Amino acid sequence: MSRKLTVQIALGLSVLAWLSLSVIDLSNQFSASNNLDSGFFGWLPNFLFLIYALSLFTFYKARVDIADRLNLIDLLWKIFVTGMLTTVVSLAIRSLDFVLGGTQLMKNVLVVDFLFLINLGLLAAFIIATLVVWKRLILYQKNKRLLLTWSIFEYVLFGSIFLDFIEIPFIEYFLMVIVALGLVVSVNMKWVAYLSFKQKWKSILLLLLILLYLVYFYINLSTYRELYPYLSLLTNSIFIRAAFIFTATYAIFSLLVILFNLPTTSAFEQKLNEVLNFQRLSQSIQTESSEDQIFDILLDSAVRTVEADAAWIELKGSDKHFLYEITYEDSRQVKATISETDLSLNYKSFEAGKKSSGVAGKLKGALYKSVAIFPIWVNELQEGSLYLLKEVRDGFTRELVEITGTFANQAGISIANFRMLSEAISTERYKEELKIAKQVQTKLLPLELDTNEDFDISTFTVAADEVGGDYYDSFKINNSQTALIIGDVSGKGTSAAFHMAQMKGVFLALAQMELSPSQFLERANLAISSGLDKTSFVTISYFVIDSKGKTVEFARAGHAPSLYFRKKENKAEYFKNKGLGLGIIRGDKYSNYIQQSTFKYEPGDILVLYTDGITEAKNKNNDEYGYERLLEMVEKNAELSPEKIKEKIIEDLYKFCNNNPLQDDYSLVVIKFK
Amino acid sequence: MVQINTKKDGNMVWVTIVGEIDASSSIQLDECLKEQLGQDKPAIAVDCTDLSYISSAGLGVFMSYIEDLKVNQQKMALFNLNEKVSNVFKMLGLDQLMNILSGKDATIKFLNEE
Repeated sequence: MSRKLTVQIALGLSVLAWLSLSVIDLSNQFSASNNLDSGFFGWLPNFLFLIYALSLFTFYKARVDIADRLNLIDLLWKIFVTGMLTTVVSLAIRSLDFVLGGTQLMKNVLVVDFLFLINLGLLAAFIIATLVVWKRLILYQKNKRLLLTWSIFEYVLFGSIFLDFIEIPFIEYFLMVIVALGLVVSVNMKWVAYLSFKQKWKSILLLLLILLYLVYFYINLSTYRELYPYLSLLTNSIFIRAAFIFTATYAIFSLLVILFNLPTTSAFEQKLNEVLNFQRLSQSIQTESSEDQIFDILLDSAVRTVEADAAWIELKGSDKHFLYEITYEDSRQVKATISETDLSLNYKSFEAGKKSSGVAGKLKGALYKSVAIFPIWVNELQEGSLYLLKEVRDGFTRELVEITGTFANQAGISIANFRMLSEAISTERYKEELKIAKQVQTKLLPLELDTNEDFDISTFTVAADEVGGDYYDSFKINNSQTALIIGDVSGKGTSAAFHMAQMKGVFLALAQMELSPSQFLERANLAISSGLDKTSFVTISYFVIDSKGKTVEFARAGHAPSLYFRKKENKAEYFKNKGLGLGIIRGDKYSNYIQQSTFKYEPGDILVLYTDGITEAKNKNNDEYGYERLLEMVEKNAELSPEKIKEKIIEDLYKFCNNNPLQDDYSLVVIKFK
Repeated sequence: MVQINTKKDGNMVWVTIVGEIDASSSIQLDECLKEQLGQDKPAIAVDCTDLSYISSAGLGVFMSYIEDLKVNQQKMALFNLNEKVSNVFKMLGLDQLMNILSGKDATIKFLNEE
């Protein structure tokens, strides 16, 4: 059932109950005054009153629940308005009574009873409205036990309406029990603590008025009963009495508690403010996008906490100033006077790097009479200072200095965290970029090199860092000629990887021009030199395998000499042709330093290309793998397929290094002719 | 780790390299050589007797001054390289562009030639 519907039904029901109650009571009065038996059961009025009370309770509860976001003052305001309405109506009736007093009309039992019933209904409505709000206030900060106590109280209170049905002895004791229960729940006044100073004054006023209404109703009903003793309905109702006493008690308690709380409210509010400011500073690391914003918050929080008249933050090694109600020039002037005062000693102590949280002192200036200075420490370094100024003497108590000191510290931590976070993010980004670079580079190295019916190739490569500077590739120049390249860029890591990518571009562009190896090197030198810095170079070896003439033409540009195994001689040896790395000299004289060679190949011959990472791989004793070991491995395994030869060499290399971390990139290309 | 000492002796300066030149220590070598460079500065003799290893970064340093030396008409010679180090120079082809000699006397003689 929706709340709005509940409100309407409850309201309707309560009106209906009250009307029925009135009719029955009036007829009862009529019967009594005419000595007739009305024939209605004696308990019916009480039952109708129970329905009236319960439906009113439901009505107010639903109303308060609908306005879920009501603050405390609004709640009090609500019952104040209800009280005012009911009182005004009641007063209107009273004035009617006054005007018509003594007339024949007022002597009519039925008229008097009707007016009394209205008054009674109004009182009940007001008390029940107050009850609902009191419940809300008492359960403002609830726990299980409090909820249970309240439920017991509520059930007993409404249950007491049944007691009016029957006449039992010692009923007054029962009233005392309910009142005692009411006292127990009445001690819950936590909501008072959450009122601000202003709200407390408002509450006091509202509570006083509510009490006034209650007193009014009490007097009003009492006089009715005195004047017209025949009005017997609910005269001794435990419910009405208990509810009345409870609402009044809680109102008085609240009033007193608020009154006693008034003097400490400002201190409490300040503490709350401090906590909130502190929280703001702590949160700023997650939400603020710059260090400036953290300084802004520090300045703002500090000024608000100590109620400073002026303030500024200055940062070491920076012209940036964060100013509050002071010009830059004035701040310099104040700073100059600071060093003249007694404060200077303490002030110097944290200027010199000793960790301290803040210092306050007198100021000889014309406008500002007291000053407090706080260092802002970021990772053990003083990055700046916070200056607070007040126009009164001794404006900074020790407590204020301590609190502001913690603010400054918190700001420092926030800044340190902020930096750490930014660093972590950028490191993460670099890692991600490197991962991408690695993926890109993996694609630059071919998975398989071109082969033809004359030879098989097997390759292996590994980089010391995410990306490397080793390069090998092949290109089918025409049906019979295949170009083959192996290269190594000086240095390692990202810069090497860039040059390696450049080298691939140069290779792909030049290889299809059917150049001789020496021409290739010359042009490659020209192309690659411009992109290299003064201390970097690229070494390559370039081969053109001609399957028609069964020859290999090659030239070496400073690259580790290739190894050639001749099956006929069952011997391997390194080529000894001279060469010069690319990027070392620029210009046309380069061709003077290289030498092109040609050899004929026969089935079973093996060409081994590698980068110096292999021959220079070191074990823990700092011994290099060396040329000799490589040569022996090739001779020993010459009968195997290129794939197997490669595996044997790598296996032997790993065994030699024995888990020593890689110092360089290394690559291996094994070509076996058939 | 590397230790580089320089000593001026008459019309030439002696640069003695002791240890290994890798990527990080090559900066030291670079700073040292840069100081010795200049049009009116004496010839440079680099004693490599105790140079046990040189990486490509070290080669890069020597390589980067070839052009400057030529422009300055300043002579520089490396001498007493061990086999491994000498091979590294040769492999890259720097032996064709630089003066790599054996023996102190030969170096003095070479540097004093007009």
